[in-house]
Parts: sequence; C-alpha cells; structure tokens
Amino acid sequence: MKKKENIFQLLTQKPWEPSQAKIDNEHDGATLALSKAKLGVRTIIAVSTVIFSLMIVGYADRMFVYDWRSMPDPWLLWVNTGVLIISSFFFYKTKVAADHKQLEKVKNGLLLIGFLAFTFLVGQLLVWQHLIKLGYYVSSNPANSYFYLFTAVHGLHLMGGLFFWGRTTTKFLKGNYNISKLQQAIELCATYWHFLLLVWLVLFGMMIAW
Amino acid sequence: MSDENEHKIEVKSDSTSADIGSVGTVPPIDSAPPRETADQELYHSKSFWTTWVFSQDAKWIGVQYACTAIAIGLVALVLSWGMRLQLGFPDTFSFLTPAAYYQFITMHGMIMVIYLLTALFLGGFGNILIPLMCGARDMAFPYVNMVSYWMYLLAVLVLLASFFVPGGPTGAGWTLYPPQAITAGTPGSSAGIALMLISLSLFVIGFTMGGLNYIITVLQSRTRGMTLMRLPLTVWGIFTATVLALLAFPALLVACIMMTLDNLLGTSYFMPTIVSMGETLSYEGGSPILFQHLFWFFGHPEVYIVALPAFGIVSDLISVHARKNIFGYRMMVWAIVGIGALSFFVWAHHMYVSGMHPWFGFFFATTTLIIAVPTAIKVYNWVLTLWKGNIHLTLPMLFALGFIVTFVNGGITGLFLGNVIVDVPLSDTYFVVAHFHMVMGIAPIMVIFGAIYHWFPLVTGRMLHQGMGKFHFWISFVGSYAIYFPMHYLGFIGVPRRYYEMYNSPYIPTSAEGLNAFITIAALIVGFAQIVFIYNIITSAIRGEKAEKNPWKANSLEWQTPEMPPKHGNFGKELPVVYRWAYDFSVPGADKDYIPQDVPPSEVSSAKVAKT
Repeated sequence: MKKKENIFQLLTQKPWEPSQAKIDNEHDGATLALSKAKLGVRTIIAVSTVIFSLMIVGYADRMFVYDWRSMPDPWLLWVNTGVLIISSFFFYKTKVAADHKQLEKVKNGLLLIGFLAFTFLVGQLLVWQHLIKLGYYVSSNPANSYFYLFTAVHGLHLMGGLFFWGRTTTKFLKGNYNISKLQQAIELCATYWHFLLLVWLVLFGMMIAW
Repeated sequence: MSDENEHKIEVKSDSTSADIGSVGTVPPIDSAPPRETADQELYHSKSFWTTWVFSQDAKWIGVQYACTAIAIGLVALVLSWGMRLQLGFPDTFSFLTPAAYYQFITMHGMIMVIYLLTALFLGGFGNILIPLMCGARDMAFPYVNMVSYWMYLLAVLVLLASFFVPGGPTGAGWTLYPPQAITAGTPGSSAGIALMLISLSLFVIGFTMGGLNYIITVLQSRTRGMTLMRLPLTVWGIFTATVLALLAFPALLVACIMMTLDNLLGTSYFMPTIVSMGETLSYEGGSPILFQHLFWFFGHPEVYIVALPAFGIVSDLISVHARKNIFGYRMMVWAIVGIGALSFFVWAHHMYVSGMHPWFGFFFATTTLIIAVPTAIKVYNWVLTLWKGNIHLTLPMLFALGFIVTFVNGGITGLFLGNVIVDVPLSDTYFVVAHFHMVMGIAPIMVIFGAIYHWFPLVTGRMLHQGMGKFHFWISFVGSYAIYFPMHYLGFIGVPRRYYEMYNSPYIPTSAEGLNAFITIAALIVGFAQIVFIYNIITSAIRGEKAEKNPWKANSLEWQTPEMPPKHGNFGKELPVVYRWAYDFSVPGADKDYIPQDVPPSEVSSAKVAKT
C-alpha cells in the first residue's frame, strides 16, 4: 500500500499530524516491495559497482601517461568472454526453468553454469600464464598492472558468486529445499551473474579499446 | 505499562465488546494492518559458544563490537599520550624516537577514526539499537552479522600485529599517502604498511556485511505502523551513515588493494618515478594524487559516517532528557539526508595544498560551505528543542550539551578551513589539529559517552554510577577544552603539525613551549579520567543500582520490551504495533509527560497530539 510513494513524498510526511497518523497506522513496516535477499543482492551490486567504477577512474587517469603500452588481447580472452556470455545465458534459461518448476532442466542448468564459470576462471588463469610467459609482468607496465587488477577483482567477484551457486546447487541436489526459496536463490544468482557479465564486458571493452 | 499494551494488542480484535463504555471509538482509531509476513525465524543458540562467542543476536554482537572498539580505542589513547609527552617535554623520554612518534600519530589517527568511532557507532550502537528501535526481532541476516563482527575483530588483530613486526607499524600518517608510505625511510614501510592495508581491507569487507544488515533491517524489517518518518532520529542517522559507508569504503578498499600491489609487486599505480637514498627505484609514472582522491573520496564521507549517527543519537538524547519533541523533526531528517548526499562532493577540500587548479579548489570550497547550512539547521534545532524544555541535567543530557558546544566550536573553525585562502596558511598547523579533534574527536565522543550513560540500563539492566559519571563528564569536557583550545592559538602563530620537535625555531615564541607542556598535562589528566569511566562501567554492570523499566521515560520501542534488558527475540510473543512517532513528550492533556510509540490512541484519548 505504501510502496508507491516516492522518496520526496515520503520525506515530506508529517508524522505528528492526526491525519497522517491514520495513514501511518496502516503501514505494514516494509518500505519496498522486495524480499530482503533481493535487496541484499542489489546492495552488493551497488557496492561492487562503486569498486569497479573507481578502478576504471584510475585506469582512465593513468592511460594518458607517456609510459602506457596497451596489452595484447590473446584469442583465449575472447573465448573466455564467450564462455561468460554463455554461462549468463544459461543462467537466464535456468531461472525461467525454475520459475516453471522444470526441475530436471534446473539441475542440468545449474551444473552447466558451474562448469562454465570454472572454465572461465581457469581460462583467465591460462591467459595470465600465457601473458607472463610472453613477459607481460604485472609491474612492467601500468596497462599490465590494471589488466591483472581487473581480471583478479572480477575473478574474485565470480568466486563469491560461485560460493552462493554452490550452496544453492548442493541444497537442490540433496533435495532439502522449498521451491520458492530455490527459485529466489536462482533468480538472485542469475542477477549477480548478469551483473558480472556486464562488468566484464565494460572492463574487457575498455582494455581492448585502449 | 507496555505489558499491558502487549496484552491489549493481542486481544484487540475481541476487545470491542468488552469496552462498552467507549464503543464505536476504540476499534477504528486503534486499527492496525494484519500481519502479512511470517515472524522471522531466529537462530536459537544452545551452547555457551553460540550464545556468548559466536552469537547471532544483534544485541550481543553490538556489545562485542562496542567492547572491542573501546579496547582498541584505549590503545589509541595511550598512543596519544606518547605523542603529547614528546611535544610537551621534548628530549625527556628516550623511547620517543622520531620513528616512534610518527608511528604513534599514524596508529592513533587510524584507530580513533575507523576502528573506534566507525565501529562503535555503526557496529556497536547500530546493532544494539536498530532492531530494537525498528521493532524487529533481529537483524535481517543474523549469520552475516556475526561474520561481520569476526571480520572486524580480525582486522583489529592484524592491526595490533603490526606493532610486533620488524620495523614496527606504519608511520606514514593516518592518510597513508604514497609515495612516502611505502618508501624506505618511513617507519614501517614494508611489513607495517602491508599489515595496515590488509587490516583496512578486512575492515571494509566486514563492515560491508554489517552495513547490508543495517540497511535492510531499517528498510524492510520494521514492525507494523513504523513508517520511516516515525523512526527515531538515531536510526535515521545510523541508516544514512551506513549508506554513506557502503558507497565510500569501496574507495578505501580500492586504494588499499592498489597500494598493496605497489608495495609488494612493484606496480606503479600511485608511485611516481622516484629517487630513494641515491637510487632510482623501479617505479614510473604513477600518480600519488590519484591516491589522495581515492582516500579522501572515502575520507570525507567518513567524517559524516561518524557525525551522522552522533547527530541522530544526540537528537534523541536531547529530546528525551528535555521532555520535549525534537524541534523540526522533518528538517532534521532532511538535514541528515542532505548532509549525507553533499558529503560526496567536498572531498578535495582536504587537498587544497596538493597543487590543484584554483577553480577546482573554488568548487570544493563552495560545496564545503554549503554543507554548513544543513549542519547549522541541526544546531539551531537542538537549541530550539532545549528552549523552554523541561531540561533534566542527567548525565546523557550533560554530554549532549557538551556535544553541542564542542561541535559548534569545531564547526566554526571548519568554516575557516573550508575557504581555500584561509586554509593554505593554516593547513599544516595545529589549527587543523584543533579543528578536527573538536569536530570529529571530542564531539562524537561526547555523544558516545552520553549514549552509553543513556542505554547502559537497556543493555545491563543497571544504572551507571552518577557521581563517577559527573566526575567523568566534567574532567572530559573541561579537559578537552584545555587540550584543544590552546591548539588554535598554536596554529595561528604558525606552529606546524606533524613535526617531531620544534628545536630552536626563532619564529615560535617560548610561550608555545609552556602551552605545549600545559596541553600535555591536560591530556594526561583527561586520559586518566577515562579509567574512572571504565571502572564505572565494569562495577556498575556487576553490582550497579538496578534500573527500573524505561528509566528515562522514553518513547522509542527499545524501552518498551517485556523484559529489560530485552531477551533473545527482543519483543514478547507479539511484535509491538506502532501508533505514533517517538517524540510525543509533554503532550497537552496526557496523563504522563510521555506516550510510548506503541500506546494505541484509545488509551490516551485525552491527549491533544495535534497541538504538540
């Protein structure tokens, strides 16, 4: 009932007025029509966005200095990007399957997503190994420094996502879940996955462009 | 009183026929929406370990946060003595080497700002008060909340560990500016700074877990009838500060990660080409200014992360102990939100002397001075709340008054320093030290003390000792003036801050030496007076005078629990239902001078709430 008011309407309420009190007495105590977990994921996404944005600001500041030499973009990086896109796509499919309670599809989807995500992480490590072999060390050029920083922080975020993916999947496989909680968990993981894909596309696009 | 209310609410649906006398009036005005959400499933601890150590109860986590913060704060207090002994009596103590002096400065600043103030306000008071004041059984995610405390404790331990590594803790100043923070010659430039950066990163991660809880609990877990605009200002302050912290701490985290890499892997995010001890280091082209921007993009909101909870808490203390509704509640909320938003646009006023473009400085001077407007509104509203109030000079009120005085004092010097041309000559002097200690050292600490005296009965069920409290207040209040007021003068005559010793500087009059000795003695006395406070807390917690329920006759929900101190789950079988804001004090026509938030209108039908 109170969920449609915008922040300005909310902040201009006069809680001491009897007329407002009548309205307020009917309030159910929640500000947004969102579950706590969903709001939690959104908050985390907001915090992560700030982290990545600030690193991008640093990148943009640094790349105009004379010693900046862009990194090569090995083909494996394109493969990894593809893997991440596919895993995000399957998360979408899995979420839809979960919404329709197609449990067999959900099971296959979750396992495939996990496999793809681990493939991505291993792929990133292989890119690191490849570049180190070519002599692109983290400290040899600021472009390298930022490349390793971005990939590492993004990878850590994905590992955080995998932790929650793991909890959801084990609960699902063991069969001790309730369907609406499972649907919510899958939906939230999917949101986070899409967010990380978006972050990666921005970072990757920036790194190949400059 | 509230037992009765609880009962009323439970039987409300069938009370219509019972109260024949007031048929037709009672049910409609007492109406509350039916509960839509199921009660929160709480974790019920069974063993000693899960009750007292790995507790998931926000109240106990808050106590853990508060005790840890105060303990580490005492370390920082002792460090400040070391600095003062050196400044007051140079060449007297052999253990006070230049390196030790800088390490003391650094650790004192960092501990006080982050590990004491931030942790105590948000982790301590936030955990204890948010669920109780919102009418929730616990935080939204109790397990994450528990992990948050343990991350914080780990951060504190890593920080303490840096005292024992080779080279000692970092002595780079609490701002940790590169390049000097990680260049040879600065104390603790290898292991010390590494541990500091790790500790800060842990703190940020731990805080983010806690912050998630505070925000979501305030937004989504309130009880029925508790609109945002009915919340006590304490919750508004802590809530807004948490939002700031979640958006500002990432900047510190990014700066920490990048400096760690500069330090350990030799990258050049922040490190310029540099010659150290005759050798050109391998760094090239990094930007120390970028670090400053990142640091202060965190650092300035950090000031308000500390100040906003203090603003909120002090508003409630003043209102309760002056028995008057807070003057301009809405304006107070707007000011909190406005200050919070503005605080992200003023950071570069910490960098006026970094060689910035004058127009850049002009912009930040303007935004800085704009913040004075909502801040001044808050001060006026506190004073107007006191105006013609029924002021009880209880300990919380004394500390609240002390806060207003010290905050106005520090705020006004802030107006000086916010102007670029005034700041440039003053920026490296004791004037700045006096300013920030007044405004974000003493002022928030006054609120913390007031809040502890106020909510101690809620946590322990006992009152703190009055006499010791009065002694503590007067020594702390007068003493902190004795310490910081003379520093303004030292700053005006140009005594530079951060210097280990003045030696025989001809431009500094000898009176400055006497003043420095005086300040040191005052600092020692104030420091020792805190022992009385700690003693008071410990003895009163064990055998203090038993507090009656709701000893201050406050309205907010934390005092309306069935038991005091509240039990696991906070409220009895039923959560309270809220019918009013937290400021119905001295309502004309009411029997008592306060109407708690969960008293239904039918019980106070004679009160003329509209006219308050």
